[in-house]
Amino acid sequence: MTPVAAVRDAGLAALVAFGLFAPLVGLRTDVVEGGLALRGRWDDVAWLVLLAFVGRLALLLLAGRRLPRLTLPAPLARAGQYAAPFFLGLALLLPWLPFIERYELDLGILVLTYVMLGWGLNIVVGLAGLLDLGYVAFYAVGAYSYALLSLTYGLSFWVCLPLAGILAAFAGVLLGFPVLRLRGDYLAIVTLAFGEIIRVVLTNWTELTGGPNGLSGIPRPGLFGLSFTSEEGGFADFFGLDYDPVHRVIFLYYLILGLALLTNWVTLRLRRQPLGRAWEALREDEIACRALGINVTVTKLTAFAIGAMFAGFAGSFFATRQAFVSPESFTFIESAIILAIVVLGGMGSQLGVAVAALLLIGGTELFRDLAEWRMLIFGAAMVVIMVVRPRGLVGTRTPSIALGEKRAIGGTYVSEGH
Amino acid sequence: MSALLRMEGVAANYGAVQALLDVSIHVDQGEIVTLIGANGAGKSTLLMTLCGDPRARAGSIAFDGEDITTLPTHAIMRRGIAQAPEGRRVFPRMTVRENLMMGAEALGQPGDELPRVLALFPRLEERIAQRAGTLSGGEQQMLAIGRALMSKPRLLLLDEPSLGLAPLVVKQIFGAIRRLNAEAGVTVLLVEQNANLALRLAHRGYVLVNGRITMAGSGAELLAREEIRDAYLGGGAH
Repeated sequence: MTPVAAVRDAGLAALVAFGLFAPLVGLRTDVVEGGLALRGRWDDVAWLVLLAFVGRLALLLLAGRRLPRLTLPAPLARAGQYAAPFFLGLALLLPWLPFIERYELDLGILVLTYVMLGWGLNIVVGLAGLLDLGYVAFYAVGAYSYALLSLTYGLSFWVCLPLAGILAAFAGVLLGFPVLRLRGDYLAIVTLAFGEIIRVVLTNWTELTGGPNGLSGIPRPGLFGLSFTSEEGGFADFFGLDYDPVHRVIFLYYLILGLALLTNWVTLRLRRQPLGRAWEALREDEIACRALGINVTVTKLTAFAIGAMFAGFAGSFFATRQAFVSPESFTFIESAIILAIVVLGGMGSQLGVAVAALLLIGGTELFRDLAEWRMLIFGAAMVVIMVVRPRGLVGTRTPSIALGEKRAIGGTYVSEGH
Repeated sequence: MSALLRMEGVAANYGAVQALLDVSIHVDQGEIVTLIGANGAGKSTLLMTLCGDPRARAGSIAFDGEDITTLPTHAIMRRGIAQAPEGRRVFPRMTVRENLMMGAEALGQPGDELPRVLALFPRLEERIAQRAGTLSGGEQQMLAIGRALMSKPRLLLLDEPSLGLAPLVVKQIFGAIRRLNAEAGVTVLLVEQNANLALRLAHRGYVLVNGRITMAGSGAELLAREEIRDAYLGGGAH
């Protein structure tokens, strides 16, 4: 576009901006004694119109120039292979680092919960390619399962954990059946509805779930029967330590770390099994899968069930940590955040998901002081990541079988989305 | 010799459209049989119906004497039928090796056919660690056929293996099919638009028009028929 035409176009945009902002911003009513007074704010309008003009002009003149795609320089990419052991070591040692206080530990627990949820959803979305917008439903099923089982029957956390996983997996199969024939957008809509149904049921089934008030007084887990209390026979007493409430936090931290690593381990193992490869094949081409005699029904249902099971584990952990569950914790925004972690991390990449969870959950926590700007930064960060790294932070895929040395498949060969 | 595959009076719909009406064909052990016909004649639907997706609305399908008309797709494929689907449909982000392994693992087999498949298509061995999506069209077709062979099928279904390939590559592929049949004794049902090549390769052929079999005979017989030359061979210009 020629500069003259661009200026004319930008002028038009400025005119539209003036038309909009003059009544919206330019005129303001203030409460004064005896009524309202009209006050003009024409300097603000001028700024906004100028902003529209300059913005439009810049957009037109720079159009066609693409933003650079960020590729990692070679040394950094080589350092990347040490990233996973580094993060693992850091996670294991975190509670013992000198500057770690209770607040940092709590934040670590929160991040690890999302890492685990991201890894769980990664099975469904990243490996099997089934877009699930209602993942939080299984998280909720796990949380309520633990809460109800322990409150009603007095079962311990360690008994309830597998039960909650099984119940969530069952919910996964329940969702899986009606959506077997759906893919992509259609599947996403139905899973979204499923997530909302679970939340609405939890809100309205007051006799069982306590409705919007939720369930409170959920028992805390113990370590081999040792509870984290100041009483005699508690953890501190048994080991001859002075009672410190941080013991429980450290225990919870290692508990979620263990659960997350279990999720990771199972996923990595499954990827090397025929089932895991069938998931990936399903993501690549469903018709080819059928032609090869893969039982597509079973493959999809196991992906939903296993993904849901890990959400169920994470849900029980959530319930026991908070000692309180209510439907408010399981809104659509949770599903959206977990999905964002998977997509930003690079679909199918375990390390990417962990890094994305750290950035998104830890990052928003860092900006807590900025209050309402926090979500703006969150959104902007997502946009920037997707522009410079369209296949996610870690966009490579390691083949699950190889002769000799494994070579990662470069990000440029990994498709964007589906 | 008894028929390995027998379809009797099969009718099927593709969506709301009736794609097959009263189709009866048979494939004997050790044969290459080709099914030729124009676009939309129902060739691919016939292969798909054979695999149980869509299901036959009428008629019966028997494989090796067993009625497979109502079996689910994965159960049919487990009985020794394998398909290289139309448009190749390799798994683009997975490596050649992973693609091949999928062909065996899907049926719970160990994949010990791999050396034989690589011997048949040496090109695949060169590309074994490469992502399938980066292969050329011909290599992808070899991969699709190789993947189907990994389950040691007794009946190999090929859906338009010449689609979009250069003549030289088509020749290579057809040569491989001929060797497979002659040396390994694999029975082949080949769906093709390239009637000239297909009829030259096949022992017998069927002509499918608007969902019905209109002609049948040996490859040489069909090649000599004037109607065939006019309709499918561009007036015999090849």
